[in-house]
Amino acid sequence: MTSTLTHNSPAPANSTTKPALLSIRNVAKTFGRNVVLRNISLEIAEGEFLTILGESGSGKTTLLRIIAGFESATSGEVWMGAERLDDQPPYRRRVNTVFQNYALFPHLTVEQNVGYGLRVARRPEAEIKQRTADALEKVKMTAHAKSKPSQVSGGQQQRVALARALVNRPRLLLLDEPLSALDANLRRQMQVELKSLQREVGIAFVFVTHDQEEAMVMSDRIALLRSGELEQVATPREIYSSPATAYTAQFIGHTNLLKCEIKNNLAQCSGLSWPISTPDGPTLFSLRPEHIRVGSSGANGTVRVCGRILTQAFHGATELIRVDCGSGLVLMVRTSNSIDTQKEVELEFSPSDAVLVRESPERI
Amino acid sequence: MFSRAYRTVVTVPPLAWVAVFLLLPYLLMFCYSFWSVSPAQTIVHSWNLDNYKELFEKPVYWQTLLRSMWIAARVMAFSLLLGYPLAYFLSFYAGRRKDLFYQMVIIPLWVSYLVRAYAWKTILGSDGVLNTSLQYLHLTRHPLDFLLYSPFAVVLTLTHIYTPFAFLPIYAALEHIPRNLVEASHDLGATPAQTFWKVIFPLSIPGVVAGATFAFVLSLGDFLAPLLLGGPSGIMISNIVVSLFGAAYNWPLGAAISLGMLVLVVSLLFLSEKLEKKWSFS
Repeated sequence: MTSTLTHNSPAPANSTTKPALLSIRNVAKTFGRNVVLRNISLEIAEGEFLTILGESGSGKTTLLRIIAGFESATSGEVWMGAERLDDQPPYRRRVNTVFQNYALFPHLTVEQNVGYGLRVARRPEAEIKQRTADALEKVKMTAHAKSKPSQVSGGQQQRVALARALVNRPRLLLLDEPLSALDANLRRQMQVELKSLQREVGIAFVFVTHDQEEAMVMSDRIALLRSGELEQVATPREIYSSPATAYTAQFIGHTNLLKCEIKNNLAQCSGLSWPISTPDGPTLFSLRPEHIRVGSSGANGTVRVCGRILTQAFHGATELIRVDCGSGLVLMVRTSNSIDTQKEVELEFSPSDAVLVRESPERI
Repeated sequence: MFSRAYRTVVTVPPLAWVAVFLLLPYLLMFCYSFWSVSPAQTIVHSWNLDNYKELFEKPVYWQTLLRSMWIAARVMAFSLLLGYPLAYFLSFYAGRRKDLFYQMVIIPLWVSYLVRAYAWKTILGSDGVLNTSLQYLHLTRHPLDFLLYSPFAVVLTLTHIYTPFAFLPIYAALEHIPRNLVEASHDLGATPAQTFWKVIFPLSIPGVVAGATFAFVLSLGDFLAPLLLGGPSGIMISNIVVSLFGAAYNWPLGAAISLGMLVLVVSLLFLSEKLEKKWSFS
């Protein structure tokens, strides 16, 4: 499954246009009897921003720690170019990490924290000074160079952690939910800054998060992890518009999952039906709320259904309504104009927007 | 929030305890140190500074004090040299056996001080385990007499007794170091040795200071080890205090020495507190 998915990923992540920087081959990890990762294969391209997305307990942090070298894989290999990475200790890998709680050294100043990697590598003092100053400049922390980490704010600690990692010019930067400790506004601001910083330095980022919105905003590619296996690896657009599985469709954004029965090239689902050329049998479709229109356009080939509004949720630019269409079918619809007190609505969608998805197999 | 009666019941007993068993004795000692003893061996309640003058004029007192400090300093050094690696190993490498090892360090503390001191006597004596073994193995012909009744024996015994006291705060400090700092250091390219000296050791300094203070202060005031194993050359300042309060019957001079010790120890504790504060970052 994973290999075909990786193969399908288009540019900018496509391994044919850019050489693979890191390749994870059939990595599995078990803690005692607990299987945390199974059969993970993933390639990360030079300069790519790849997000490992998953719920807590999906194994995303473990995968990151295997790349960094804090955990060893139970089986499988990690390669960086032609060099095998997984038998090297963390301090010999040209990979740096931004930790979830930043892990800044409390006894060192901001400046000493940033210069740490260069100092242990015994670079000349003048070079350490120059590069540290440049890195602090880049994250706008020059004014706080002499402060201790405890004297600067969470967002600033975040920048220091970033500078401390980037100053070593790693080939790959790992970020373990680095924004999760920040409040919503600062978090959105940092998402943008982090993304532009990544463009600027051109270093490949592997970013771990449980926040699908964050993943969509920042990534070139998203690797969705579910219970220790890769569910889908694709660009944000692709993963949103053509989710491979029901789980992906539900995890990324809102969706309506339609359980259909296909018979004689006709999909049938709780009173709805539309033509389709797929072999007979039970099938799942994902239909995004924004692909359902309120009212009838009279266009040919659309599916129409009437229903009663159950709930309305105002989201600013759009509104999300739930409509009971009878026979157990409840559809989520995103609309930009307010529905007011209207109770009965007519809905329509184009069959081409209903994306066929696989049922996600049960995993423990 | 709490009733007056409740607060009284809770606060009065400890305050009374401190007053009766701590402040009152110190006050008495303070008074005694300015009194004197008549030739007829009675306490003369007239106030003067003679005792303190004697302390500075008679070399035996400050020489013994210096020797005591030198013994305490060696005990401190050896306790740290033994306690630190032990604490480091336990905290970072013992894994699942951590609790077992920890108990093994703690259990000797439950054994009576006297038993442990006597144990060294039977080990180090001229007919002791060590000497008979050495002679049996033909490594020595005669019993080694520097083993017992010497400063060596005192330092050895006190090190044995006070190493757990140095170990405990160091262990606590090491346990408090967030492990992601160690990971961050490795991640930034530091070898395990560099990580130790640049991250782990600096962050454990408060524990080291506390452990060193325990070992030094506790050995400085010790009188049993020198009494049992020290011999004439291993006498420490507390032995002088004991004899002044006992056989010599010179309570005023004994009180003066005790107060001098108290000032010394309190200043050390104050200094160590300052050092600990300077090196803590949480």
